Amino acid sequence: MKRWRARPDELLFRAGTGVFALLLIVLVAGIGVELYRQSRLSIHEFGWKFWQTDVWDPVSGEFGARPFIWGTLYSSVLALVLAAPIAIGIAIFLSELSPLWLRRPLVFLTELLAAIPSIVYGLWGIFVLVPWIRSLEVATPPWMKTIPLFTGPPIGVGMLSAAIILAIMVIPFTSSVAREVLKAVPQAQREGAYALGATRWEAIRMALFYARTGIIGAVMLGFGRALGETMAVTMVIGNTPRISLSLFAPQYTMAAVLANEFAEAGDDLYLHALVEIGFVLFIITLIVNIGSRVFIWSLGRQPRSARVADAAAATAA
Amino acid sequence: MMRDRRRRVVSHAIVVLCGAAVVLALIPLALVLFYVVSQGIGSLNREFFTHTPAPPGELGGGMANAIVGSLLVTGIGAVFAIPVGLLAGIYAAEYSGTRLASSVRFAADTLNGVPSIVIGVFAYGLAVLPFHRFSALAGGVALGVMMLPLIMRTTEELLKLVPTTLREGALALGATRARAVFSVVVPAALPGILTGILLAFARVAGETAPLLFTALNNQYFSTDVRQPISTLTVQVFSYAISPYADWHRQAWAGALVLVTIVLTCSLVARFATARLERMHRGA
Repeated sequence: MKRWRARPDELLFRAGTGVFALLLIVLVAGIGVELYRQSRLSIHEFGWKFWQTDVWDPVSGEFGARPFIWGTLYSSVLALVLAAPIAIGIAIFLSELSPLWLRRPLVFLTELLAAIPSIVYGLWGIFVLVPWIRSLEVATPPWMKTIPLFTGPPIGVGMLSAAIILAIMVIPFTSSVAREVLKAVPQAQREGAYALGATRWEAIRMALFYARTGIIGAVMLGFGRALGETMAVTMVIGNTPRISLSLFAPQYTMAAVLANEFAEAGDDLYLHALVEIGFVLFIITLIVNIGSRVFIWSLGRQPRSARVADAAAATAA
Repeated sequence: MMRDRRRRVVSHAIVVLCGAAVVLALIPLALVLFYVVSQGIGSLNREFFTHTPAPPGELGGGMANAIVGSLLVTGIGAVFAIPVGLLAGIYAAEYSGTRLASSVRFAADTLNGVPSIVIGVFAYGLAVLPFHRFSALAGGVALGVMMLPLIMRTTEELLKLVPTTLREGALALGATRARAVFSVVVPAALPGILTGILLAFARVAGETAPLLFTALNNQYFSTDVRQPISTLTVQVFSYAISPYADWHRQAWAGALVLVTIVLTCSLVARFATARLERMHRGA
């Protein structure tokens, strides 16, 4: 065994493929290093003040990025509030309730939701969703307008449109992971519940409880997607750097300011300020994604084997 | 008695709600597809596929350069991503238990979660800044980075599904490890891997954000990889936010072309996997 391992062609093969594996790891580290390198001017110039001030005026050299981080977090949280119950409902329906003949077409259709390019959602958002939201805002009764959530003029573009578009885009990711997680719950769990006289929902609730960390992981994964989503949000959120609780107010996100201003950033400080926004977005999504994976993994190794089984069903098994 | 009835009612209500969630998610899908087809189909004429954009405010023109540009930029990305993804995937599958294998798996999953706009910023620093110009090549680098984890993970998962007996048979006949992998294991998994590559291609072909400041845009027909180039997605974006009705019309047409490409790839992949499954069951 030892001599066989030491054969030079074996070593060559291992090194030859290993180099490319290593390249992938270097690439991820390289993204972090490169983003830091390109943003150090701004990091040194502004420090923490960058994230604590609200004025974004590149012409006069004022760079306060707090509205962007607010817009990114607020829109993503709102999107998850809308998307999580629907996505979990879909996962339950597809893994526990759906008749067999309906399951595969429904899985295909919900995954199609993820296949449609972001720009197409954005286009639909500008010309179809935003006018609908505008008429909804116009129809808002005056007493509701006094609640901080619904203040401001009815313009259509703004936080509500962005959150709805994001929710639509995030649903397929969350539901497909939640479905895998539910699939990993041992069948005996449900059978035990039924044996004790549980109703369908009570058995499902047992399964959900068993898979709770995985479900949290699935929702977090959707959150990570929402944080980084760019085009559709850029096109409907109104691109106004300001902090507001109002769903009707046009706001801005980190990804959107990069999309709008990066190509035109003239001087170095401006460019570095924008890259710093990208750098922080990178770190936030990294933390959220790793966190979600830790949650999913903590269910044991079952979700992994479920995923492999999934690939098997989809391809060759 | 009353309690039992309430439990049954709650249970039925939840079942109905879960079904409603599915319907609720499919409504936007239907709406988006309906609008893209109904708004876009009228503008899909010969001019759209054979002409370059008209100057602002003038009627007519098409997206010929953008369609070619999209294929070119995505193609450049594939040229980068396919060999690296395949070989890294082979390593992860062959040396599955090693530290490097689990690290590369983790790196791929991490990379998969990095927002596409951030990858654009990275590609800008890597391939635009040093040469002081936006280029098709830089756009290809960005898309390649996005395809890489998809291809690597598919390759790995599919190689692991190949029965060990195949590999062992090859080794028993005196094949080297490399020989066994490249002549026996990879060919066995190839149809699935190709399907995965097709899906990765379709996914990044619809990307806009990483191209905004790498490939930029171009009014004219260009196939020069060192120059800025127009792509379908960026063109749809710039037309969508323009003030001209004629450009809006063309943006819808561009979106229809994009959706058609993506749907075709998904359907082909689905058809291929269904066929593979049948073949396997028959064997």
